[in-house]
Amino acid sequence: MSFRPIFDAHRWDEVKASIYAKTAADVERALAAPRRTLDDFKALISPAAAPYLEPMARLSRQLTERRFGRTMQLYVPLYLSNECQNICTYCGFSMDNKLRRRTLSQVEMLQEAAVLKQWGYEHVLLVTGEANQTVDVDYLEKALYTLRPHFAQLSMEVQPLDQPDYERLMRAGLHSVLVYQETYHQQDYKKHHPKGRKSNFHYRLDTPDRLGRAGIHKMGLGVLIGLEDWRTDSFFTALHLDYLQRTYWQTRYSLSFPRLRPAEGLLQPKVEMTDRELVQLICAYRLLHEEVELSLSTRETATFRNHALRLGITSLSAGSKTNPGGYAVAPESLEQFEISDERSPAEIAALLRQQGYEPVWKDWDAALST
Amino acid sequence: MTTQPLRIADRTFHSRLFTGTGKFSSVQLMEDALVASGSELVTMALKRVDVRNSQDDLLRHLRHPGLHLLPNTSGVRTAREAVFAAQLAREALETNWLKLEIHPDPRYLLPDPVETLRAAEELVKLGFVVLPYIHADPVLCKRLEEVGVAAVMPLGAPIGSNQGLLTREFLEIIIGQSRVPVVVDAGIGAPSHAAAALELGADAVLVNTAIAVAGQPVQMAQAFRLAVEAGRLAYEAHLAVPTLHAEASSPLTAFLD
Repeated sequence: MSFRPIFDAHRWDEVKASIYAKTAADVERALAAPRRTLDDFKALISPAAAPYLEPMARLSRQLTERRFGRTMQLYVPLYLSNECQNICTYCGFSMDNKLRRRTLSQVEMLQEAAVLKQWGYEHVLLVTGEANQTVDVDYLEKALYTLRPHFAQLSMEVQPLDQPDYERLMRAGLHSVLVYQETYHQQDYKKHHPKGRKSNFHYRLDTPDRLGRAGIHKMGLGVLIGLEDWRTDSFFTALHLDYLQRTYWQTRYSLSFPRLRPAEGLLQPKVEMTDRELVQLICAYRLLHEEVELSLSTRETATFRNHALRLGITSLSAGSKTNPGGYAVAPESLEQFEISDERSPAEIAALLRQQGYEPVWKDWDAALST
Repeated sequence: MTTQPLRIADRTFHSRLFTGTGKFSSVQLMEDALVASGSELVTMALKRVDVRNSQDDLLRHLRHPGLHLLPNTSGVRTAREAVFAAQLAREALETNWLKLEIHPDPRYLLPDPVETLRAAEELVKLGFVVLPYIHADPVLCKRLEEVGVAAVMPLGAPIGSNQGLLTREFLEIIIGQSRVPVVVDAGIGAPSHAAAALELGADAVLVNTAIAVAGQPVQMAQAFRLAVEAGRLAYEAHLAVPTLHAEASSPLTAFLD
């Protein structure tokens, strides 16, 4: 069993046409529905929903507060390595960028961790490029064992792995994995990933299935907004999520909406998503799934985050550095992309309190994953 | 006029309103709402606190004389994980009271009856005072009672849904045959729901979301306190039985007397 047959039964162009054909009546029906379907989601992300942004935002906020209360989880990325054997047309770590590479040692990881602990973080997302000679499963396992005593929850955003590798890393303390498909447009995926293991579209597409079978606690999905039509890509994300929720029902899910940001060697995004459209997407996801965690990173501007955090978001990163060693060891190393919101974690926590939210630094305990 | 106190295991409670600590916009607001609720038993997720830190912000705001902590195992998916979490909570928080929550379904947070029964049996043997969060399943309640839990906590509706007593008929059966206190947990969204649960004969209710996400949480906590008191008073006063037929004030068969 896998997502593949469901994916193969959907044609990109037909899905896209059906989204763009949605009408105001479809949107109103979706807004009024007690439980929304994937077809309702199409209506909510369609251009026809644009005039309904305010009621969508109000409903999204209401559903989020009922489920999550007025709380906001805080997390931070910890980049372990910028070595990468892939070519991705949009990423600063792309192999064709001839810049100095760095992979943190265990001592350096602890130096970085000390800064994050000082800021109050308990939830940390470990990030690497894909370099199987240096940043392999052995390295990741060591990283987890090194950092596990210091944090309540460790997540990973690294190369897709085989199921036994995920099981091994879970035994070392891995709690959740973020794996973005980047785009569900199979033909254009090849254009964006011309070289390296990442160019295997299907291996990436099957990754959530391998994670689900491994019994991961939480997985994060999403696409990279800017590569293809965001509405169609988002529908495929929702389709994937729907399948995963039915199949791996014990796993929690989160969604992110990374919009392409400037990076070393970056091409101009094919598609630009406006702030209004991003709000529409956030609200549409919330209206489809009341329980899914929605995350907003420091890719977005301070102004946007200040307002959008009230519309359905449940977790924020703050103070992020996207280069290995960026917090203490090597602040000038190659970053994956430029961040927009440079405010410190303390500033973000103060902002949250000012807006009537409780910043939650810890919402898991390593002891619960025995 | 005061109502009968509630006895669970070795403790006596004068308030039949138990409360939760999640979803508040600040820990200060949580503390103010808890005080206003008059609650003497408050549950908190083990995963939210740093049990190694005596200055943990949440714990600091829960230290009140007469307020007992009820750590819960929210987040665990199996009996094995629950037992481990319970032992950690007992050691760190110095209480053997435990709200046993095993909900492997993160979407609706519905409890797993099989794992819950398994965990309850083991935890009772380990000396815990176990209050399990469960479906409104009368047979499961009896099975849990047999393994020695201190109370049962059936849900009124899916947790956080504010839908009230959707399981009313099953709650009535559970209350009717239970030998341990019955605490209606989850789904109570309004003071009227809480009053209805107490009128049914539930021994207590546990409320979190309806207070935490209210426009005025402190005021809502007070409203729940009053509703629970009213519901219990009504139960002890014996409610009039509703009927579909008109009852003549002069009975038709009086001439036979």
